[in-house]
Amino acid sequence: MSDITVRIWRGDENGGEFKEYVVPAQEGEVVLDVVHRVQAGQAPDLAVRWNCKAGKCGSCSAEINGRPRLMCMTRMNSLPEGEPVTITPMKTFPIIRDLVTDVSFNFEKLKEVPALKPKPREKDGTYRMMQQDIERGQEFRKCIECFLCQDVCHVIRDHEENKENYAGPRLFIRYADLEMHPLDTNDRRKLLQEKAGLGMCNITKCCTEVCPEHIHITDNAIIPLKERVVDDRYDPIAWLGRKIFKRSSKTQASA
Amino acid sequence: MTESSVETHDYDVVIIGAGGAGLRAAIESVARGAKTALVCKSLLGKAHTVMAEGGLAAAMGNVWPEDNWKVHFRDTMRGGKMLNNWRMAELHAKEAPDRVYELEEWGALFDRTKDGLILQRDFGGHRYARLAHVGDRTGLELIRTLQQRAVAMGIDVFMELKIVKLIHDDSGAVAGALGFWRNSGEFVLFRGKSFVLASGGIGKSWKYTSNSWESSGDGHALALWAGADLIDMEFVQFHPTGMVWPLSVRGLLVTEGVRGDGGILKNSDGERFMFNYIPPMFAPDTADSVEEADKWYDDKNFRRPPELLPRDEVARSINSEVKAGRGTAHGGVYLDIASRRSPEYIRRRLPSMYHQFKELADVDITTTPMEVGPTCHYAMGGVRVDPDSTRATVDGLFAAGEVAGGMHGSNRLGGNSLSDLIVFGRRAGIGASERALGMTSTPKISEALVNDAISETLLPLTRSDAENPFSVQHDLQETMQDLVGIIRTHRELEEAIEKLEVLQDRVDKVGATGGRRFNSSWHTAVDLKSMITVSKACANSAILRKESRGGHTRDDFPKADPEFGKINHVVSFKNGAMSVTPAPLPVMPAELAVLFEDAPPVSNPTPKGGDK
Repeated sequence: MSDITVRIWRGDENGGEFKEYVVPAQEGEVVLDVVHRVQAGQAPDLAVRWNCKAGKCGSCSAEINGRPRLMCMTRMNSLPEGEPVTITPMKTFPIIRDLVTDVSFNFEKLKEVPALKPKPREKDGTYRMMQQDIERGQEFRKCIECFLCQDVCHVIRDHEENKENYAGPRLFIRYADLEMHPLDTNDRRKLLQEKAGLGMCNITKCCTEVCPEHIHITDNAIIPLKERVVDDRYDPIAWLGRKIFKRSSKTQASA
Repeated sequence: MTESSVETHDYDVVIIGAGGAGLRAAIESVARGAKTALVCKSLLGKAHTVMAEGGLAAAMGNVWPEDNWKVHFRDTMRGGKMLNNWRMAELHAKEAPDRVYELEEWGALFDRTKDGLILQRDFGGHRYARLAHVGDRTGLELIRTLQQRAVAMGIDVFMELKIVKLIHDDSGAVAGALGFWRNSGEFVLFRGKSFVLASGGIGKSWKYTSNSWESSGDGHALALWAGADLIDMEFVQFHPTGMVWPLSVRGLLVTEGVRGDGGILKNSDGERFMFNYIPPMFAPDTADSVEEADKWYDDKNFRRPPELLPRDEVARSINSEVKAGRGTAHGGVYLDIASRRSPEYIRRRLPSMYHQFKELADVDITTTPMEVGPTCHYAMGGVRVDPDSTRATVDGLFAAGEVAGGMHGSNRLGGNSLSDLIVFGRRAGIGASERALGMTSTPKISEALVNDAISETLLPLTRSDAENPFSVQHDLQETMQDLVGIIRTHRELEEAIEKLEVLQDRVDKVGATGGRRFNSSWHTAVDLKSMITVSKACANSAILRKESRGGHTRDDFPKADPEFGKINHVVSFKNGAMSVTPAPLPVMPAELAVLFEDAPPVSNPTPKGGDK
């Protein structure tokens, strides 16, 4: 097999540049294998985060030819043959070094989520939940926290100033997981609308497209959450209805 | 550099490792009022627990009401070839169900029975369907549930921080842990009253492994260097089914759930070969015909298929088939569920296996058999602990999870690891917080010891022209794979021990280029110290055990020896030298021993179909 050229962004918060590395191609490899071979030979101090190398831990997120992906699940033979492969760190998060970014934004946002508040157990000491009632929650709980959805979300990708009041797609599926949990008794709708900034998402579905777990983030989590928070306080039709109802009830009361 | 210039934190309890055991320990320690730090080498939620697939074993009896803790205890002891610490196995079997219910209350969404209870699946060595699970991503559910609980409790987490040394006070108790932030390379000192090791396994010292880079045996090595004993270090589990192709994913785990859900093993002749490898010890419980085996999935009155023998038996059998020339093109055997279950069933029960093979090997497991072979998976050996408190043999030190030894004896049953994490993680949280809360002042540690440890850790960065750590790591992995692998001999172990001495010298002289900020070569150079230490502990224990038992198979001593069945090997480290000595196995009380009266004695198989 021929040689592969990879262009890897090297640098830190003060700036950096692309460095080109050429390694012999090997059958069946993924991008992370090539990065590891570069590291073991030509660039031992290359910073790259990884753990399971099986698409289960969500550590090796990066942008491959501009697209947010897991390096361990991107096969070399899925990329254009004979062309250099460009690997850059996730754009939305501050650079630490090379391909490693500071993803603490996500962990901080996760701290703001009010925990599960379970209802009491059944009389026999068990919790009864039917499989069909937990399947949606199980879909959300497949999330491996790779933060690629956060990386691609243009609300924060291009607008640093939005980060304070916007949680992002990963957080929305966490909220949805709790809100739709059969045992939960907490209500997070106000928080979702205000601090988590659910209203800022305008449903472009970029997050769903990059999700390596194929979670239907927009359709199954964000849209149903938007429907839930739009209670009569925000819904113009409900608002109108309330006005009319109040007026008529007042009328009735005075009658 | 002096201690005053090092970032320093004071805690009651410091927990090293944030997989299932570390998280569960932290939750318990905080709940009991101890000021607790949780330190992990990666980001929170990425620890190796996340890769566990099949489930967690707990005798809840939701599917088979006949199941109870005694049956689970018996299965665990027999799976471990009776070398387990009986008290740990007893606590584990008794407490696992409550720990699972607790996870449910914290938000875990396990798959359900039709009555809405937690569903349980079949796994090797377990008499009844006993594994609570979420498809084939149970580890993710476990770590996420614990992580979310810990975050909700406001636990202090130190992510991407590698601990390099435990430091004693004047009384000889562990009173400090020195580490560095991987991001910045700056050092951090934790002063505390109790330290819990929850650092996982050692698999990265082998070439083909299901373990990630993190499994460098840090906790095993830290304990040994701090004067604590390790036990059973010769016992390493080779999981029977790892991927064998493409080479880049060789070793990646294929869950035992494939076999629990109906998958069978075939050689290149198409023969379902496991019937040729049923050892006398398990013959009374194992089907000896295809007809009987296939009835078992729906009716537990029949005996179980031989594909569901304990992992050590299945791994050895696959190894023998490949050696006898009946392997696949890539040196494995076939694991076939495609011809046995519908595509819908396979995708529902085994979604991540479907995904993994489709994406990484271009194989559709609903139509095509998988190619699989043994992969280094789990260390049965670890820190010698008091079963009830998880206290190590040095004051101030505790251990839980894979880094602790004793629970699994010579071979671990599938599903018993996740339950081990939560049962003994909780117990470590209790043990550590009780010790800490009973002390009036934080112990003092010497500045000189801290400074020495800092200088030692920085040494590789001063040797930029020295050997690259990645090449030393590569050679270490080759040595352990070739000479301390699934089948061992005295001659090869002797050769391994010699080579490990040479490798130790290379580790001591290795150099790292670049600076201290997220420098992978420096990190690898530092991890190598743990890797070489645990490799030597393993090889030095293995050469002394002149028998075959569980995760230790000797070609020159192919049978189990009842005399070796009475001892554990204890590894200790004093004045820079490692020693291995036998210690008598704790004696099981009569009321538990009675559970084994009718059982056939421990045996290892003599492969009928093998090449010897």
